Amino acid sequence: MTITKRLSIIVPLALFIAFVVVALVGLETPQNAPIESQVIGQPLPDFELEGLNADNPGLAASDLRRGGPVLVNLFGSWCVPCRLEAPQLAQLAEGGAVVHAIAIRDERRDVERFLTENGDPFARIGLDPRGRMQIELGASGVPETFLIDGNGVIRRQWIGQIRDEQVPEILAELERWK
Amino acid sequence: MIPETGHFALWLAAALAVAQLFGGWHFLRRSEHEAALRLLVPAAAAQGILCLIAFAALIWAFAVSDFSVALVANNSHTAKPELYKLTGAWANHEGSMLLWVCVLAIFGAVAALRVRALGARFRARLIQTMGAIGLGFYAYLLISSNPFARLPNPPAEGAGLNPLLQDPGLAFHPPLLYLGYVGMSVTFAFAVAALIERQVGPLWARTVRPWVLTAWAFLTGGIMLGSFWAYYELGWGGWWFWDPVENASLMPWLAATALFHSVGVLAARDALRNWTILLAVAAFSFSMIGTFIVRSGLLTSVHSFAVDPERGLFLLTLLALYVGGALTLYAVRAGSVTHGAPFRPLSREGALVFNNLILSAILGVVFIGTLYPVVLEALGGGRVSVGPPYYESALMPLMLALLIVMAIGPFLRWRRSQTGAAARRMVPALVTAAIFAAVALAVGIRGVLTILGIAIAAWLGAASVMIVAGKGARRLSAASAGTAIAHLGVAITALGIAISAAGSSERITNLAPGETDRVAGFAVRLDGVEPVAGPNYTSVRGLISVLVDGRVMPLEPERRAFISPMQVTTETDILPLWTGNLYAVIGDNDAEGRWQVRLHWQPMIALIWIGGLIAAAGGLVGALAGGRRRRRERREAAQ
Repeated sequence: MTITKRLSIIVPLALFIAFVVVALVGLETPQNAPIESQVIGQPLPDFELEGLNADNPGLAASDLRRGGPVLVNLFGSWCVPCRLEAPQLAQLAEGGAVVHAIAIRDERRDVERFLTENGDPFARIGLDPRGRMQIELGASGVPETFLIDGNGVIRRQWIGQIRDEQVPEILAELERWK
Repeated sequence: MIPETGHFALWLAAALAVAQLFGGWHFLRRSEHEAALRLLVPAAAAQGILCLIAFAALIWAFAVSDFSVALVANNSHTAKPELYKLTGAWANHEGSMLLWVCVLAIFGAVAALRVRALGARFRARLIQTMGAIGLGFYAYLLISSNPFARLPNPPAEGAGLNPLLQDPGLAFHPPLLYLGYVGMSVTFAFAVAALIERQVGPLWARTVRPWVLTAWAFLTGGIMLGSFWAYYELGWGGWWFWDPVENASLMPWLAATALFHSVGVLAARDALRNWTILLAVAAFSFSMIGTFIVRSGLLTSVHSFAVDPERGLFLLTLLALYVGGALTLYAVRAGSVTHGAPFRPLSREGALVFNNLILSAILGVVFIGTLYPVVLEALGGGRVSVGPPYYESALMPLMLALLIVMAIGPFLRWRRSQTGAAARRMVPALVTAAIFAAVALAVGIRGVLTILGIAIAAWLGAASVMIVAGKGARRLSAASAGTAIAHLGVAITALGIAISAAGSSERITNLAPGETDRVAGFAVRLDGVEPVAGPNYTSVRGLISVLVDGRVMPLEPERRAFISPMQVTTETDILPLWTGNLYAVIGDNDAEGRWQVRLHWQPMIALIWIGGLIAAAGGLVGALAGGRRRRRERREAAQ
């Protein structure tokens, strides 16, 4: 038997073994690796949102460019998970974080009631009746929390309600961007 | 009780598979072939019956909506139409794997009862191999995907079924595909038995041929049904997307196509022995690789199946055992398979070898494109997806070359062919090709590749008709008729692909009721929009009038909102005309009351599926051909 013939007989097996190895590595890699949002690393565009009342002025892009990292929480008084994360947001505020909020598709009265019922850890609250900021921030729903560095650039995104164990992680992350 | 009966039947069938594998060994080592068959044949037959019982039990659980069975609770709903309750049995992971095993057992039973030509020892090896394949899949089903698992607290109502799957096209697409995929297991067992017994030759080829062709015909039908479903249900206006799951069915199809052509050479001329065996192993290997890709979630696809890495690992283990085992056997034994007969390049064998080379190249292109993202990721690269541009540019020249070989091949003689004589016989077909090209140019079709595609498809079509005309109906063997029909089908498909790709146009527009727009020369008016209540959905239906040659034809696309689970689907409406399809999809409405309407004009696209079905029919005719000859041989042997 010639060398080429001998090789041609073994090649299919070799190719198949290579396939199995690749498939094994492929199976080991996590399948649903989260895809990072495209807005991470992008600066926020200019915006100016109305506030609730005379005591609560509202939120503008300039509030997010004051030199220190801040959190922006997207919520709605109509959203149940948003109620559940209120204690965690309070902990963050107590831990020294500046937490701003944007109320998505909401009514003034409802937001006020939501704050009295669930507490108000927020530095400033902007009303976004048409959900425009959801698109600007690349949010898929509420609640979502974003970390904006001192120059108005989006640095981190947390989708869904913030859980207890995430609080230290978020505080550490804020520290990192100081 | 009935689900438990099904579960028990599966365990029994698995036990029989064990008996087939190890009992067979015991007798064969002592060369007691007849004793082996007395055990193996009834075991294989009983396995088929037991699997049917298991499958019937699952169908029954779905029919009566027995929500204490987890699978039914997760995949069915009392509000579902009766037919889709039943088809729901296999429109999920566990149920479809049960269908797979069931088809495998039935093929195994039929093969055990019918394959006699190659002697008792070969038959025993074949049944033994089928048992070994079955055993792995029973283990998979019973250990990691039990379809009969009960729920401790049955819910009052089921969790529904993906409404996209409530469609006759999709209800019958998986069973057809499985008949094709699993049919290849028989050819795989043939190859393994041939390697073990060193029995590769024309008789082997003639015996395996009907099995390959039958499986191939089912696979072709299944692929075509899936493609047609994607075309009218998904509303994307395309018929093939080079999605990994589509490729998973295309790869075994390509291997099988190459296989029965090389089987033809082996049967007629006793050449290409090793290559044919390798293809027989490859066809089923690609079927299993396809199932593995689909079921393990290795690749991201529009076909999102439930993904479970543990199941993926199980399937990969089976794959490694079977394919790795067969290829190792090949590596050890292929060297000792004696050489077949030599031949000239310009001969029927030469054309078939060329056909095999091109098909293998196409298979390679598809395989690389499908797995490239996985390989890249395994090597630490990013996530990429390989799209239609790669496949189209890589495959177009290969496909055209293949069509030309198909047009010429049947006119060449075995062993060697006179160039002049073969060329003279091809003149009428070439004239037809020229006429088609001229007509295409006259009606305004442009583009070198398109015109070339149309001309070559016409050449192949005319050449296929001439196979019949040249021999006359009397002298025409069923095998030649099968070739002619299948090649004609391929020509028709190729013509449909070329024309629809060149002449399709799309228009996306916003229409208020009463407004008119135009697409490809048709005036299209949105008359209005009406709400419709279906059995388990509510729907918005667009009422569209199309003016065709002075006559008004209706188009009524829908957007259905299914209740359980909540999901919106688009129901395209297609106006089939002789010259092509006008295809409408209705989208959202805006604040001003205008509706988004998408219109596609797809000239001659129906030819793609018509050709596919004709090709599948050709495969079945070819499969029957072997049967007739074998009966004659048996009669002659008896005399």
